[in-house]
Amino acid sequence: METIALLADGFATSLSPINLMIVILGVTAGLFIGAMPGLGSVNGVAIVLPLTFIVPPSSAIILLAAIYYGAMYGGAVSSVLLGIPGASTAVATTFDGRPMAQQGKAGLALIAAAVASFVGGTISVILFTAFAAPLADLALAFGPAEEFALVLMAFTTFVGLGGDDKLKTIVMICLGLVLSTVGLDLISGQPRLVFGDLPGFYAGISFLVLAIGVYGIGEVLYTIESSRTSPQVTPAKITLSELKAGFRAMNRLWKTMSFGSFMGFFVGMLPAAGATPASLMAYGMARQSSKEPETFGKGNIEGVAAPETANNAASTGSLLPMLTLGIPGSPTTALLLGGMVMWGLVPGPMLFIEQPDFVWGLISSLYTANLAAVLINIALIPLFVWALRMPFTVLCAIVMVLCIVGGFAPSQKMHDVWLIAGFGVAGYLLRKAEYPLAPLVLALVLGPLMEKSFRQTLIAEQGNVLAFVERPLSGTFIALAVLFFALPFIKYLRKSARQKVAPAE
Amino acid sequence: MAYTFTRRVALAVAASAALVASTATTALAEGWKPQKPVEMVIMAGQGGGADRLARLFQSIIQKEGLSNMPILPINKGGGSGAEALRYLKDKEGDAHVVMATLNSYYTTPLRTDIGVDIEEYTPIARMALDTFVLWVNADSDIYTIEDYVAAVQAAGGEWKMGGTGTGAEDSLVTAMLEKEFGIKHTYVPFKGGGTVAKNLVGGHIDSTVNNPSEQMGFYQAGKSRPIVAFTPDRIEAFPNVPTARELGHDLVYWMQRSFVAPKDMPAEAVAYYTDMFQQLSQTEEWQTYTKEKALMADFLTGDDLQAYFLEERAKHDAILKDMEGGSS
Repeated sequence: METIALLADGFATSLSPINLMIVILGVTAGLFIGAMPGLGSVNGVAIVLPLTFIVPPSSAIILLAAIYYGAMYGGAVSSVLLGIPGASTAVATTFDGRPMAQQGKAGLALIAAAVASFVGGTISVILFTAFAAPLADLALAFGPAEEFALVLMAFTTFVGLGGDDKLKTIVMICLGLVLSTVGLDLISGQPRLVFGDLPGFYAGISFLVLAIGVYGIGEVLYTIESSRTSPQVTPAKITLSELKAGFRAMNRLWKTMSFGSFMGFFVGMLPAAGATPASLMAYGMARQSSKEPETFGKGNIEGVAAPETANNAASTGSLLPMLTLGIPGSPTTALLLGGMVMWGLVPGPMLFIEQPDFVWGLISSLYTANLAAVLINIALIPLFVWALRMPFTVLCAIVMVLCIVGGFAPSQKMHDVWLIAGFGVAGYLLRKAEYPLAPLVLALVLGPLMEKSFRQTLIAEQGNVLAFVERPLSGTFIALAVLFFALPFIKYLRKSARQKVAPAE
Repeated sequence: MAYTFTRRVALAVAASAALVASTATTALAEGWKPQKPVEMVIMAGQGGGADRLARLFQSIIQKEGLSNMPILPINKGGGSGAEALRYLKDKEGDAHVVMATLNSYYTTPLRTDIGVDIEEYTPIARMALDTFVLWVNADSDIYTIEDYVAAVQAAGGEWKMGGTGTGAEDSLVTAMLEKEFGIKHTYVPFKGGGTVAKNLVGGHIDSTVNNPSEQMGFYQAGKSRPIVAFTPDRIEAFPNVPTARELGHDLVYWMQRSFVAPKDMPAEAVAYYTDMFQQLSQTEEWQTYTKEKALMADFLTGDDLQAYFLEERAKHDAILKDMEGGSS
């Protein structure tokens, strides 16, 4: 009851005309920042942060939240239209979003992304409102062993899949894991696999660089080859009836979306994880639980909805440890934390008690920002789709430029641009040889987290491997991981058993 | 069309010439000023304690208008700051770059040969000395350093001390503790001080030597307990926490938070930045922050600062050699 009263006070702040205007401005700016490859919510928030010192903290945080949410929506736009992830959190959206656009269903994919983002955002904000305090304790219960078990579970959802060649999937996961070991070792501080002494490798290989390379450049190379004589223009249009069909299609995805929301919120809440692993895990889960997993990666709308619900839910989730524990769950929340310190607010367990106006103003602004973002996004979809009607010869040059800029911008190192070019060629060859690329990206995202938590646990437990199954939380995740790994085999056995019983069928 | 375009360009050129002229006159009147945005290189990744502090400095400078040009923070955290040190080396003579340092400023060049001699860099200002405190979970039965030593001994080397990596500041403090009390920890490295703090409160590790700023939130919520401070005098924010020195153990360790510039930065530029950080150190925001987060705002510039750096480097060299000797 108290929560509702506090939330109502919060809405009184966030619904004032000036704050509503701030939300709309912030969301629109965020959408475009998110849609630009290389610029994500981190950049958006970083650019605007100094401006917020001229307005009161409650309005400032609303502006930042609006940009944060807008960027989460925007990331999907270039993933779908160009096949380049607009932000790291939208990597998984390219897996099915891009094939949908190639089949002329760009509008549908964008609607799916927008609606899914809205659902993910809304469910997670409700979870946040209702359970902020107990969930903070859950985040604390997560130690290295639990992190490892959770990541292991994510991997098994990708290995144990129908559709793609299993051996090739495992090969790609191993390749991704090898790439993830490049750079300075966390435990000993020694450089590993730095190719002699190339300083660029010290910071490791960013998965965004890999994703832009294999999906952006690789895709362009592949399209050039497959349409050698007559460059094919993607037939993309959007009509009102298509919009309606899109919403109807989303109606069937309730299960995927609610699952993605819970999963995203939960993973986002863990300080070490964040929205990118969350979206990849949700994608894997959706594929695992689907009746037709072989259609994933070839333009399945569920493959767009799952990661988009999860990344928005995770972006709300990562605010939770930031506000309740003072530990940011993502680079963007780290910036928000910096801002809060500057406004004289101390994030941590006391914030909810000492600054209720600020906290509840923020939470209520998440509701309004979410609503504004979905409306503005859907209104802009015809514009985005129209951009796809450019001739391919023009579009492919634009994509190339965006890939290079997108790879250079975050680190500002030419090293990453060369890597993108290399990964682009490699991605093209792998695609021709029909190797799945998603497990490669997944392994590079989760590899460092997995290795780190594995070694931390072994150090802390004096090398006792059983520690992973002895702890209740991590034991549960390990059991689930084994189950997910075995599931396709069980399915296969049941299917063949059934065929023996009814051979006439 | 071509004509208007040329005319616009001509206008623009004239306008910028006027601008340059006017800045030149003010420069004559008021001394040197930055001509373009100033890079603030950070020797650590995003989100950590050093990064948060550097961004706080940036926002105070921006808010108080201490610089006529924007300050752009750039994270170059690779190789425990090796990336940043190398970057600064390449900026020789540049008047538009400063670097926020921590103790890896000395330890990184000592531990690995990266071709950098910190003596060549230009010292600007030391903003503060950050303090270290020994922390345990509030649920534990440990209240004094004696309790702590007894508990670590009872654990027989399995006592989990969390930190931010071998060679990092907290690992040096851990090594000093081990030497002083003849105890042995299992040192578990994490990615940043915030994560270390969280793992202590979550019960995944047994103790930490966090900076107060990293534990403050949990401390205020009654979830973690300070045991002993590694400062010469008691920290104002924790009046009831004894120092190691008053308990008869001479353990003092600081984390310096300073700014340096590349080799051969023009003297006028050095004067400008020194003045800028001096003004910054007097702002109300900074004063409040240091008090709340238990930082010692100990401002130092010029030759005194360089002497301090060199002295600290010699000290760290000794500690590191000691650690290597102990572990082998």
